[in-house]
Amino acid sequence: MIPVAFEYTRPSTVEDAVAVLAADPDAKVLAGGQSLLPVLRLRLAAPSTLVDLRDVESLHGVRVADGELVIGAMTTHAEILHDRRVAEHAPLIAAATATVGDRQVRHLGTFGGSLSHADPAGDLPAVALALSATMVAVGPGGRREIPAADFFVDYLTTALAPDEILAEVRVPDTAGWGYRYEKFSRMAQAWAVVAVAALVRRADGGVADTRVALTSMASRPVRATAVEQALTGTDGDSGAITAAAGHADEGTEPPDDVNGAADYRAHLARVLTRRALTAAAGA
Amino acid sequence: MSTTQEQEVGAARRRKEDAHLITGQTTWTDNIQLPGTVHAALLRSPMAHARIRVDVSAARDEPGVVAAYSGADLADELAGLPSAWQVTPDWVAPEHKPLAVDEARYAGDAIAVVVADTRAHAVDALDAIEVDYEPLPVVLDMEQAMADGSPLVHTDAGTNVCFRYADTFGDLDAAFADAPVRIRRRFVQQRLVACAMEPRSVLVAPVPAAGEYTVWSSTQIPHFVRLFLAMLSGVPESRIRVIAPDVGGGFGSKLDIYAEELLAFTLAKKLGRPVKWTETRSEAFQATVHGRDQIQDLELAADADGRIRGLRVDLLADMGAYLQLLTPAIPLLGRAMFPGIYKMDAYRFGCVGVFTDKTPTDAYRGAGRPEATFAIERMLDELAAELHVDPLEMRRRNWIGHEEFPYTQIAGLTYDSGNYEAATARATELFDYDGLRAEQARRREEHDPVQLGIGVSTYTEMCGLAPSRWLGERGYAGGGWEAATVRVLPTGKVEAVIGTSPHGQGHVTTFSQLVADTLGVPFDDVEVIHGDTAAAPAGLDTYGSRSLAVGGVAVWRAAQRVLGKAKTLAAHLLEVSEDDLEFSGGNFAVRGTPGAAKSIQEVAFAAFAAHSMPDGMEPTLSADFVLEPDDFSFPHGTHLCAVEVDTETGRVEIRSYVAVDDVGKVVNPMIVEGQVHGGLAQGIAQALHEVARYDADGNLTTGTMVDYTPPTAADLPSFVLDRTETPSTTNPLGVKGVGEAGTIASTPAVVNAVVDALRPFGVVDVPMPCTPENVWRALHEAQGGAA
Repeated sequence: MIPVAFEYTRPSTVEDAVAVLAADPDAKVLAGGQSLLPVLRLRLAAPSTLVDLRDVESLHGVRVADGELVIGAMTTHAEILHDRRVAEHAPLIAAATATVGDRQVRHLGTFGGSLSHADPAGDLPAVALALSATMVAVGPGGRREIPAADFFVDYLTTALAPDEILAEVRVPDTAGWGYRYEKFSRMAQAWAVVAVAALVRRADGGVADTRVALTSMASRPVRATAVEQALTGTDGDSGAITAAAGHADEGTEPPDDVNGAADYRAHLARVLTRRALTAAAGA
Repeated sequence: MSTTQEQEVGAARRRKEDAHLITGQTTWTDNIQLPGTVHAALLRSPMAHARIRVDVSAARDEPGVVAAYSGADLADELAGLPSAWQVTPDWVAPEHKPLAVDEARYAGDAIAVVVADTRAHAVDALDAIEVDYEPLPVVLDMEQAMADGSPLVHTDAGTNVCFRYADTFGDLDAAFADAPVRIRRRFVQQRLVACAMEPRSVLVAPVPAAGEYTVWSSTQIPHFVRLFLAMLSGVPESRIRVIAPDVGGGFGSKLDIYAEELLAFTLAKKLGRPVKWTETRSEAFQATVHGRDQIQDLELAADADGRIRGLRVDLLADMGAYLQLLTPAIPLLGRAMFPGIYKMDAYRFGCVGVFTDKTPTDAYRGAGRPEATFAIERMLDELAAELHVDPLEMRRRNWIGHEEFPYTQIAGLTYDSGNYEAATARATELFDYDGLRAEQARRREEHDPVQLGIGVSTYTEMCGLAPSRWLGERGYAGGGWEAATVRVLPTGKVEAVIGTSPHGQGHVTTFSQLVADTLGVPFDDVEVIHGDTAAAPAGLDTYGSRSLAVGGVAVWRAAQRVLGKAKTLAAHLLEVSEDDLEFSGGNFAVRGTPGAAKSIQEVAFAAFAAHSMPDGMEPTLSADFVLEPDDFSFPHGTHLCAVEVDTETGRVEIRSYVAVDDVGKVVNPMIVEGQVHGGLAQGIAQALHEVARYDADGNLTTGTMVDYTPPTAADLPSFVLDRTETPSTTNPLGVKGVGEAGTIASTPAVVNAVVDALRPFGVVDVPMPCTPENVWRALHEAQGGAA
């Protein structure tokens, strides 16, 4: 309820923010606070300093550059939901973002915060993985790019160094792809028990490319590669989709907790993958 | 501007309470700021059972700390907490200290307290307390707790059994012998958490020189808090004033005397300063009483046509680690309600109360009756399925006919009035029962992955706890009366002082309507005073749907007394006989003499001035009434629920819900509908969503809103509500109660619907809550899958 006392700073540049992190290994970045503040209030974490990024202008906003969608890490979910460039170039992000939390959460929570928090039950990590997004991090040594596949390391753990900040996310254009974020949660506003982010590109009547990533099926978001391989190259009819979806839980290690037992999650992954692919493939 | 309606009772008056509630002008206990206040924070055991050695000395050196104590430090100053309902002569009632002294017995049991200048300092200083925990064996499961050699929650008690209770009515052996149909089921009433919107909070302000105390507490029962603080502290009751200011929900969880109330009182007395403690949401999950938690073993015997011959009920009721105010009585409040609305030849009720290393249980909306209603309504559906009879028809074959009231049922309760036929007819019409059954048949035939289920609940419940004699005969230390005062002030405005203590129900509005009608004064001219033992000294507070059926009748009686006195005085002032006066619209008019009249406001001023009073009449226009209820009242109704069940994922969606309730005469239909809406939400929550779960070590794993999953509006359907009206015959207003009806009725309606959807797959029960996973698992198991 009452966090352990901490210092608070609100820099206006990424460089200043990184400098604070570099100087103090116990400092922690505050983005929208939708995950961090509950953790602090429950005293599950006790950072020395919170580095609030809200005043760092360069981290806000959406743009299109070199045919890619670039989303600033501090862009809120609500801003993404109302952005026509997101809707045009990566509608899967908009679809998944619409299921995040509730209206209040979406107005405070940020895209980059959600990815950096790397909760395997969060909606956006699996989406970033399915889209093969690139994470752009800034640290004392400058900028570096991290593919989404390398970014999510483990439960609440990313490839970011303690003194790095996720600055922006570059997302390849998937206009024209079929897509679906199929989320299953116990309540209207709740974490996913399991969710499936699916993208299907059709060409010449067949399935030319398939991307499936799973939320809450391991300690990090995972690609369902067996599903992707099984569906790509087929004609994408319901038989092919059902057969492919049967591979959805292969190689996963679903959690076993109050939100769902492992065997139930494995079952859900297969059902939801079939549904997601059915929508994404237009079958 | 004040307005007058022709008839206040029956009008959907907007609630007087709401303007300040929705504009942030509430007085929650935690909002009250007194100079010099110090703040208490509690250290709670993270272990479910452990021997403890607590050293608080380091905490005393932390910034802002005023005092710090362990349970051992205060052992001589803190009395044990009360349990006021001795259910059997040989019950086991272990000592329950506000701070555990030698052993912590559930995760969340308070073991030390820090008092500091700010809440933050108090919380910070908890980290400096040194505790040695020596783990002791934990017992969480009731059946394991009863087994030989089980670890004991209370070693000194020598047993985990709190009490054993049994009653048999009629010839049970005869009823079961040769019965063509016998159905046995085990249902589990899962443990629930009340989740009141306002957590508990208490502030105690002493006047050391006078030895006086003012206590603000977020409680349903300010009068009992005063009584018990006096009894437990030795401070004269007359020097303790308890105020329940705005109280943000209770649902039974604030019908208790809590450790923190006695602790804050003791600390305020010791330190001579105001002491405040406010619960965190995490503490609300761990340390506020839980509800339900019963294992129900049932057997029903019936004739081949479904006529019920007998019912056998054996309960295990989880007390948790200690007895709170009414803990052992809660399952026994269901003792007489398992027969429901049905006639039968014989009935047995048995209950064993069991201690476990978990948070204590106590009242939770419905308190014993929802558990009973669930059991009998589920059994009626099972009986119907067994005999391939429509569940509504099965109920018709067994229920009490409307011409049979008053009806003394098998467990000895006399149901005052009811018309189950009328409520059921209205509900089936609103629901399109036949149409939905046809759709269900079609979907079954088509093997639709989303199946339709229809659930029935024809409930009754006992409201208005209770005649004092009835309570006394059952071991309760208190009574069931209620008090009211009605006074017309010199300006003609009216104050109604009530002994019930609202925490969201709308007493102020409802009682204003009752008084306005009785005295012929505008609704807006009536103020209702409550929740302060200095202003409303007599009362037994709010629980058990008693406020209108008992307290409302007391208000009405007091108003009638005022009216009688006013009439006598009016006749005196008009120099006519009382028989010549006609009272309407707030005026006493002389029959046949136009213009010769006195308004009640004029009479009130005359009573105040007292210049001319009849011989022997006391000045002022005021009257008290203390009402002893004649009996319970028995609301009833028919609830019908249609669910769609996704057989692939197990998800249950409520498609439609019709509730036709009969709560007797209705004072404010909007408030009644609000109570039904809230009650339905809470009952549906038990059916589909909520459960307090513990891991094997006794840690509550559903200790946040995220994990406990109470439903929001987005999780609930639009309800279709209607009423039939069969007045109660046990009180002159004809009113029954409505506070718990929705909760009692809805849980079985929903679960019956879920099971109905899945019956073709061989499912005969789904454990609550019917989460997608539980539904999927039930399907999986019924189809031979290992789950």
